[in-house]
Amino acid sequence: MALLTGKTLLITGVITESSIAFQVACEAQRQGAEVVLTGFGRLSLVRRIAGRLPRPAPVVELDVTDRDQLSTLADRVREHTARLDGVLHSVAYAPPGALDGKFLDTTWEEAATAFHVSAYSLQALTTSLLPLMDRGGSVVGLDFDASHTWSGYDWMGVAKAGLESCSRYLASHLGQRGIRVNLVAAGPLSTLAARGISPTEDGSGTFDGGWSERAPLGWDSRDFQPVAHACVALLSDLFPATTGEIVHVDGGAHAVGDRPAHAPAVR
Amino acid sequence: MALQYDDVLAGLAEIVHEVVGVPTSDIDPAKSFTDELDVDSLSMVEVIVAAEEHFGVPIPDEDARNLKTVGDAVDFIVLAGGA
Repeated sequence: MALLTGKTLLITGVITESSIAFQVACEAQRQGAEVVLTGFGRLSLVRRIAGRLPRPAPVVELDVTDRDQLSTLADRVREHTARLDGVLHSVAYAPPGALDGKFLDTTWEEAATAFHVSAYSLQALTTSLLPLMDRGGSVVGLDFDASHTWSGYDWMGVAKAGLESCSRYLASHLGQRGIRVNLVAAGPLSTLAARGISPTEDGSGTFDGGWSERAPLGWDSRDFQPVAHACVALLSDLFPATTGEIVHVDGGAHAVGDRPAHAPAVR
Repeated sequence: MALQYDDVLAGLAEIVHEVVGVPTSDIDPAKSFTDELDVDSLSMVEVIVAAEEHFGVPIPDEDARNLKTVGDAVDFIVLAGGA
């Protein structure tokens, strides 16, 4: 039986086919899930991209910083499904002034925007959907390892540290409802968002800085499957006793300082 | 059947109009998407996705990045559609 048979998921963060969320939605459908997407701003684009999933999926509008949209989200999702078993949070934004080495000059308003969209939104999204998760469920968020600094990432890195803490607090508060909250810390992937903050057009610039060499398993920034599979696994029933966790899907790069000189070359 | 230049230009103008609201009469092959037609990066993604569907030709990311003007896009689609 497929991993997500009988489950319905709400997936945020689809904007193009190179969105991590799009790849998760594809894999979730292949594993039997029903999927509802949310779209921000360009709903016409999100609807076109939704049409490229293995099966059609409805799109519900959601700006995670809009209180009115959050307060009506459960009712609007209910037009498509009576309940949810899982949620993917794949939402992040930092204004240009909060990125690309401008850390020391970033204003509070810019930093606050990054925090609001990229960290607080995990709480806002999750709590607005609780009425649909009365049988428990799984919330999974996309993270970029915030235990180190990354040049160019700046206040987005601070926001991701907030996201990591937010997910632990949510796990603590929601455990008694049978809701698990976990993050997937992905290695650098060539998404539209990554291309926006990377000096090289394929998104392999700043972050990749030796990632594929450092990662014991190697790393391909164009291969979204390992991250999509990890998200699907966490959204499934395979991790019933795991919450407040950060699963690194980065080729192992987070675990190593350097590599043994005699390590065989990564193929 | 191979795609004809004028048909592709007309179809693409309709798509750009639909995505960013520029009148189709303002759209000609010499116009730059970003500098003259107000097409930002996400609008460009939508134009590309809509063009792929309308003309039935795939436009890979690495090629899309090189399509600076309307004419670039029409040439690419005509070539890809005739292959």
